[in-house]
Amino acid sequence: MNLWDTLVYYFQFPFVQYAMIVGLLIALCSSLLGVTLVLKRFSFIGDGLSHVAFGAMAVSSSLNAVIQIENDMMIVLPVTVLAAVLLLRTSQNAKIKGDALIAMISVGALAIGYLLMNLFSDSPNISGDVCGTLFGATSILTLTSAEVWLCVIMAVIVIAVFLLFYHKIFAVTFDENFASATGINANAYNLLIAVITALIIVLAMNLVGSLLISALIIFPSLSAMRLFRSFRSVILCSAVISVICAGMGIILSILCSTPVGSTIVAADLVVFLVCSGLSRILSEKFRS
Amino acid sequence: MGMQLQCKDVSLGYDGKTVLQGLNFMISAGDYLCILGENGSGKSTLMKALLGLHPPVRGEIQFCGDVSQKEIGYLPQQTIVQRDFPASVQEIVLSGCLSRMGFRPFYTKQERELAGEMMKKLGIPDLGKRCYRELSGGQQQRVLLARALCSAQKMLLLDEPVTGLDAKATHEMYELIAELNREDAITILMISHDIQASVKYASHILHIGGRQLFYGEKSKYLESKVGQAFLAMGGTSS
Repeated sequence: MNLWDTLVYYFQFPFVQYAMIVGLLIALCSSLLGVTLVLKRFSFIGDGLSHVAFGAMAVSSSLNAVIQIENDMMIVLPVTVLAAVLLLRTSQNAKIKGDALIAMISVGALAIGYLLMNLFSDSPNISGDVCGTLFGATSILTLTSAEVWLCVIMAVIVIAVFLLFYHKIFAVTFDENFASATGINANAYNLLIAVITALIIVLAMNLVGSLLISALIIFPSLSAMRLFRSFRSVILCSAVISVICAGMGIILSILCSTPVGSTIVAADLVVFLVCSGLSRILSEKFRS
Repeated sequence: MGMQLQCKDVSLGYDGKTVLQGLNFMISAGDYLCILGENGSGKSTLMKALLGLHPPVRGEIQFCGDVSQKEIGYLPQQTIVQRDFPASVQEIVLSGCLSRMGFRPFYTKQERELAGEMMKKLGIPDLGKRCYRELSGGQQQRVLLARALCSAQKMLLLDEPVTGLDAKATHEMYELIAELNREDAITILMISHDIQASVKYASHILHIGGRQLFYGEKSKYLESKVGQAFLAMGGTSS
């Protein structure tokens, strides 16, 4: 069988199709928001939140041993959104050192999560579960159709919100002071951004696992910023890069049987290096 | 000349601590008011209060005539975020129109034309497609000024508009502001610690330092004790 036949063979299975749909949607959403997060210096909030999401996932699966929970999302989603709101509040408050708090929350959530998983999980392979949650090893391939729909709906919401408030998000990102002086409620938009970030992180946990989510948010926008000079073109480019990398990553991981999450992130990293090199060459040409 | 803004016995502060008290002044249409004071004198608190971002502890700030609080065009100081921000000049100038947008998710043709007009007025008609971070300091300030004019055309609040500019760009910026004041009758409120320029261009001076030290016309300020002391200090330090 050549490569093409192998791909066609795999794409006959619904779980591979699901993985592709969900993967591309998550990549699209995370890249849209990534530009704003990177420019607002909020990347660290994404990182902190992903660890909180891991902790929440552990709590949920431990609770699952006691009481039956239909869907982990029921716990993970509200907890992560709540953490997003709290982190944003404290990072605005100059009296509390925001970065130290975030570091504390993220390692705290990791530790508690692992502890709970070890204490209460009835699964025979705990380290496999932990590894899966952290690096997203298999969960993307075991999605049910309900989870796919949930993901599609959330992605539509994220994209719709982003398109509707695009100009306001730009204004709040570029200059919060000016935006609030002209009567835009900058705090409300920061909150909106934080909540959407939490949504995306929870979704992306399935794809790349909680440790690698930040890469999905940061890399495409950093790559796009190397090459483009207006906000709109940076966002468009970062969306394209992110979707292509996710698609390539998923296909490669099928062909070479590598873990999905780390393959996607590796693809993002390669594109980032290429973009950095290109921008250096272009700027030298520009000068001479 | 109609009155646009009046401060009546205003005190400002944070968390129960008063930073600035006893403010009594009024601004009429077409005035050029410089707000002087050293670091920590309460200038930025006053600015936030004028913009309605920080309510006064006591007293009231009244807007009257044809100006409301949301109709102040604001030129903030540059932030670190902006220095390497990938945005075209047009995107930035247009964002001044956001205040009248409500929930409409796109800009109208009129708003695009307004942005173009303001860029022409400030001498940067061809920069629209350029990237903000690649402009010179003087050009960047003009872009932000064009944005402020898109949001309001009767009153401008400028927060140290020449910070970080070289001598030539500083001079051009001051001349541009004076021209807007003179020819378009835009009321100017400028926060500054550049006493020489303030004295040269302003019509009125408000000098603060924890409380109101002086308010009045420029000529009276030059004769006052506060003014002479500050002028002597500014003369030696710069």
